[in-house]
Amino acid sequence: MWTFIHKLGSPPWFFGFSGTLVRWLLPVTVTLLLVGAVWGLLVAPPDFRQGNSYRIIYIHVPAAVVALAGYYVMAFAGAVSLIWRIKMADVTMRAAAPVGAVLTAIALVTGAIWGKPTWGAWWVWDARITSMLILLFLYLGVVALFEAYENKTAAARACAVLSLVGMVNIPIIYKSVDWWYSLHQPASIKFTGESAIDSSMLYPLLLMILAFYCLFALTLLLNMRAELLWNHRDSGWLKQLVGDI
Amino acid sequence: MPSDQPLLSLRVVFLRQFLRHGRSIMTSPADVANPLLFFFMVITLFPLGLGPDPTTLAALSPGILWVVALLASLMVSAKLFASDFEDGSLEQLALAPYPLAVTALAEISAQWLATGFLLALLSPLFGVMLGLPDEGLLTLSVSLLLGTVCLTLIGALGSALTVSIRRGGLLLSLLIIPLNVPVLIFGTTAVREAVLGGNPESWLALLGGLALGSLVVAPLAIGAALRVSLDS
Repeated sequence: MWTFIHKLGSPPWFFGFSGTLVRWLLPVTVTLLLVGAVWGLLVAPPDFRQGNSYRIIYIHVPAAVVALAGYYVMAFAGAVSLIWRIKMADVTMRAAAPVGAVLTAIALVTGAIWGKPTWGAWWVWDARITSMLILLFLYLGVVALFEAYENKTAAARACAVLSLVGMVNIPIIYKSVDWWYSLHQPASIKFTGESAIDSSMLYPLLLMILAFYCLFALTLLLNMRAELLWNHRDSGWLKQLVGDI
Repeated sequence: MPSDQPLLSLRVVFLRQFLRHGRSIMTSPADVANPLLFFFMVITLFPLGLGPDPTTLAALSPGILWVVALLASLMVSAKLFASDFEDGSLEQLALAPYPLAVTALAEISAQWLATGFLLALLSPLFGVMLGLPDEGLLTLSVSLLLGTVCLTLIGALGSALTVSIRRGGLLLSLLIIPLNVPVLIFGTTAVREAVLGGNPESWLALLGGLALGSLVVAPLAIGAALRVSLDS
């Protein structure tokens, strides 16, 4: 177990390992996305009140769920990089930020598209929408801070500090915005007790959430590989690897 | 540092650093007056933009006052560590055998006393100008007193992260505005609650909690961020 974790910190080993992982994850993600999308968009029954417009939740909810989880991945990688100074953790944090930002933006845009026919407005200042917007700012802050530093080791440490402070703050921001004003419907899926959503709609949604987690992992790995290629463009192991191919 | 000299206690270190920074603030009264003047000027803009109708202004005033206080704190924190970074005294502090968190906190405390604290004291004056009902004036002052502690600490963190970056000003706002959201919400809600005749105490208690919490967490993060800035 420990040797596996130690190996993860080695760029050459990780590059090989992530290559294998990507080769498996890519077909799984595509299949899950296709099955989930067809099931959710075509097979699942239309909603009693909202008709077909509700179907956007099959994109909206998974994107929002994974966008939040992505911040924790980023902050966790930041903590690892601050405490143990592992270069691979820097790479992970660096790779997670743009993916999370894009997912947050997708959640916001799909929410706006759904809001127009349902609430009658593209944008309302509702608690959940506003917290997603703030999450987007938090992500963009990390991305921008990283770009602003010339020295990339310092950049990674600065971003780690920022994302950790952000992680402490996220629950407070969520709670405060919640008390501020709420129009958004409360979460329909609960792990304990009865879900407020019918199983014929729930299963494709859960499948899509799983698919988005896979998609996140896949883009994260691809991003990390691109980052590794760039960081180690002059090192021996990479030249050897490229020579082999 | 010669080894035969005993280390000072942290309290003495804090006090000396506090006084040093306090004196340097005193030498340039313009730096103390500027944020207040900025606050005053922006407050003047709102009646010009929104129209002079007293009921509209009174209804909007808690939000206006708090948002402008937040903007003033942005302006202050943009140059909080800048001069110390440029003249090298920050480097000396980092080399000193004392935690950077303590020395930075001393500096921030002096800064807060010269900006946030004064702003909170003077805020009822601006509240009256915008027609904020009398019931809200004390709450405004207390909420700003607690809120500016958070605003200053969060601003100091942003300043510590961006001090080594050229043209870090816009980046600074992007970094700290999201973190300031809870402070703004609790502060404005407290004032609005007081104006409506409700009990603002729970909101003020939340603000106080935030202030104490950030007093614990922020100096550590600021210390780490300053070291990053010095290394880069």
